[in-house]
Order: sequence, then structure tokens, then C-alpha cells
Amino acid sequence: MTAAQAAPRPLPAPGAWRGVAWAVRRDLRLALRSKAELGVQLLFYVIVVALVPLGVGPDAVLLRALGPGVLWVAALLASLLALPRLFAMDFADGTLEQMTLSPYPLPALISGKIAAHWLATGLPLVAASPLLGLQFGLGGDELVVLALGLLLGTPTLSLIGAVGAALTLGLRNGALLALLVLPLYVPVLIFGAGAVDAVRTGLSAGAELSLLGAGFLAALVGAPLAAAAAARIAID
Amino acid sequence: MNWFRFASPASFYPLAGRMAPWFGGAAAVFAAAGLYIGLVAAPTDATQGEAYRIIFVHVAAAWMSMFIYLVLAFWCAVSLMFNARLAAMMAQALAPTGALFTALALVTGALWGKPTWGTYWAWDARMTSELILLFLYFGYMALRQAIDEPRRADRASAVLALVGAINVPIIHFSVKWWNTLHQGASVSLTSAPTMAAVMLTGMLLMALAAWFYSIAITLTRVRAIILERERHAGWVGEAALAARGTR
Repeated sequence: MTAAQAAPRPLPAPGAWRGVAWAVRRDLRLALRSKAELGVQLLFYVIVVALVPLGVGPDAVLLRALGPGVLWVAALLASLLALPRLFAMDFADGTLEQMTLSPYPLPALISGKIAAHWLATGLPLVAASPLLGLQFGLGGDELVVLALGLLLGTPTLSLIGAVGAALTLGLRNGALLALLVLPLYVPVLIFGAGAVDAVRTGLSAGAELSLLGAGFLAALVGAPLAAAAAARIAID
Repeated sequence: MNWFRFASPASFYPLAGRMAPWFGGAAAVFAAAGLYIGLVAAPTDATQGEAYRIIFVHVAAAWMSMFIYLVLAFWCAVSLMFNARLAAMMAQALAPTGALFTALALVTGALWGKPTWGTYWAWDARMTSELILLFLYFGYMALRQAIDEPRRADRASAVLALVGAINVPIIHFSVKWWNTLHQGASVSLTSAPTMAAVMLTGMLLMALAAWFYSIAITLTRVRAIILERERHAGWVGEAALAARGTR
């Protein structure tokens, strides 16, 4: 019995977590190589927020009341703007198809891609939000709750948005993604802006933040599966 | 009798053609009775005057708008699970009717709101939920339209409809929450006094009419979809020849 005759040892089955980690590392590295694009996305957020006082006037009381809603709506739009880059390039050059053939489970790879996408595009929004909140006259507690809400809410936006991005892969209609995704963003917007409003009116934001957290966990479980199914449909 | 025989478009096509007129006729009868009760027999409302009569259309439309989304999601689930083409065609046929009833509920609600609340639009929880439901219907139809390949359109729109169906209760709950926190001057429908039996009868008849109308129009539309998508199949040519022979 020689070594050549021995049956080749099967490779260890790759775990889901290794797939997640691989996709996070790869996509983060890719994202950080195009820093200018990430900067533009953050600037979009800042500019949309800055447009509102120009539209409604510099009344401090009004702006303070509008602030949470404006910051959240702008975060929704900025998140939407970043969505196409989640899958489009991998779809165009065939990487996504290779991912469906890889031994790693596709939902794990997609979870990793979503996580990297959020780290590159969502986290900067969270970090910038207290500064923008200051412009709207929000105080200390409100700023903390605003950032906390965005920290819980923007990953949910990325997760829900990933399903929409995968469904619209390769389609020419660019505005379609907004129509699919924005109605599904409504609960996140309501609870996110509601949390800041609750603090502003002297209540506790615990309920809203808990619901945001619950929504995040539910999306974390369901969205990668739906996005993986949608990606497979797009590739067939 | 093997019911799964009718899962094939070729055998469902004639069945749908035979059923549609019956449902359409039933819808006409129920609508005539419901409209008679609603517009003639029912007394004028003590507080709202004649304006309340629009609820005979409004309530039926609002019920159907939500019910059809559930049915649509059901057919989408069937089409994904069993890879059934006819189920996907049923979902496709249901969507325009669902969107129509949603729009009708919004318009009639606005027309009712002007004399009763003094405003066409209040950010009431139900109206807002209904508006978002309309966007969900539009998104479903737009995604279908954007994809040229029918089987991909079936499956992609089915995934979207299921994600939407999971979200509908969450959206409704969140909008209700939002509305109670921002309670304005709006009047609550739920505090309305108990309804006279004759009004309830009219409303139920109109709901039945809307239901049968939806079935009839969906069956008619699914026939058109079957013909369009199965046009390369032999039986479609035979059916077309047979139809020409009867003229």
C-alpha cells in the first residue's frame, strides 16, 4: 500500500463562521481601497442634513423638534445610496457566482459582506451623527440616544437593504431599489426617531431601543437567508 | 378527482374561463343589493349626514387591500416551495387588483375625511399603513416588470412579497405606536357609536361583492397571463383555433 493509493483525505468541512470572517476581511479591504467613495457617501449624509435648515429656516425650536426625524431620514437615504455597491461589482465580475459554488454556505458569505458593508458605510454615519445632532440643538442625552439608536438601526437597514440589492442585481432600473427598500425601512425610522423624541420629551427611550434591538436580531437571522435566495435567483 | 391536475396552466385555463363569469355575476348581484341598501335603504347618519355612505365602498376596499396581499403572499410561498408556475401567475394576477383596492381605500378615505374630520389627509395610523401597503404593491409590480425573464421575475418577486408579508404586521404595529405618541386632533374611528344592523348588512354585502369581483377579475387576468406566457405551447394554438371556430 503506497501513499498514492490511499484515498485522499477529505478537506475539513469549512465552517460558517470562517466564511463570515473571510467575507468581512475581503470586503473591508476592498472598501478601504476606495476611501474616496466612502467619503462621498458620508458627505451625502452631512449635506442632506444641512439642507433642511436651509429649507425650513433657522428657527432653533423648530429645528430641535425636527432634528431626530431629519437625521434618521438622511441616514435612511445615505444607507440606500450605498446599497448598490454591496453586490453589484461581485455580480458583474462573476465573484458572486463563484461564491454560490464555494463550499462555504452562501448566507454566511453574504452575512460577512453585509457586516463589512455596514462597517464601511453605516458606522461612519453613527460616528458623525452626534456632531450633526449638535447643529440641530440636541442635548447630551438626546445625542447619546441618537447615536445608540443609529448603532442598532443602521445594521438593520444594511440587512434589509441587502435583500433589495440582491433582488435588483443586473436590472437597469436604478430607482427600483428605493421603491423596494424604503417602505421596509419604516419601522426602523419610527423607532429610531421615536427614541430621540422620547428622551427629548423627558421619557425613557428603553422601549424604542429594545424594539430596534429586536428588529436587528430578527433581520440578522432572516435577511442573509433571503438575500442568499435572491442572489441565487439573480445568478440562475 | 385529482385537484393537482389544475396546477397545470393548460388545464386551469378552461376551468378559469368557466368560473370567472359565475363569480362576476355573483359580484354584480351582491354589489346591486349592497348599493341599494347603502344608498337607499340605510338611514341618514345622525352625526355624519349623508357623507358616511362612502364607507360602504371604503370598508370593503380596505378589507380587500389587506386580504389580497395575504393571498398574494400565499401564492408566492406556494410558487417558491413547489416551483409551481401557475401559483406565480396567480400572484402576478392578484397584484393589480390589490393595488386598486388599496388606492380606492385611500381615495374614499380622503373623501370621507374632508366632511367628517375637516381634512383630506391626517397621518392617522390606518391611513399611513394603507399608504405603505400601496408602496409594497407598487414595489412588487415594479420588480416584476423590471425583470425580462419570467421565471426569474416569478421567484424574485415571490421573495420580495414574502419579505413584505413578514414586514406588514411590523409596519402596522410601528405606525400605530408612532401615531399614539404623536396624537394630534384626529378623530378616532374606533370610538364611533355602534352601527345599525342595516348599515352592517350593506357593508357585508359590499365586502362580498368586492371579494367575488376580485376572484372574477383575477381569474380573467390569469387567463391572459397564461396565454401570454404559454404562447409557445401547442395547446395555446389549438385553443386559439377553437376560439376562432366558435365565432
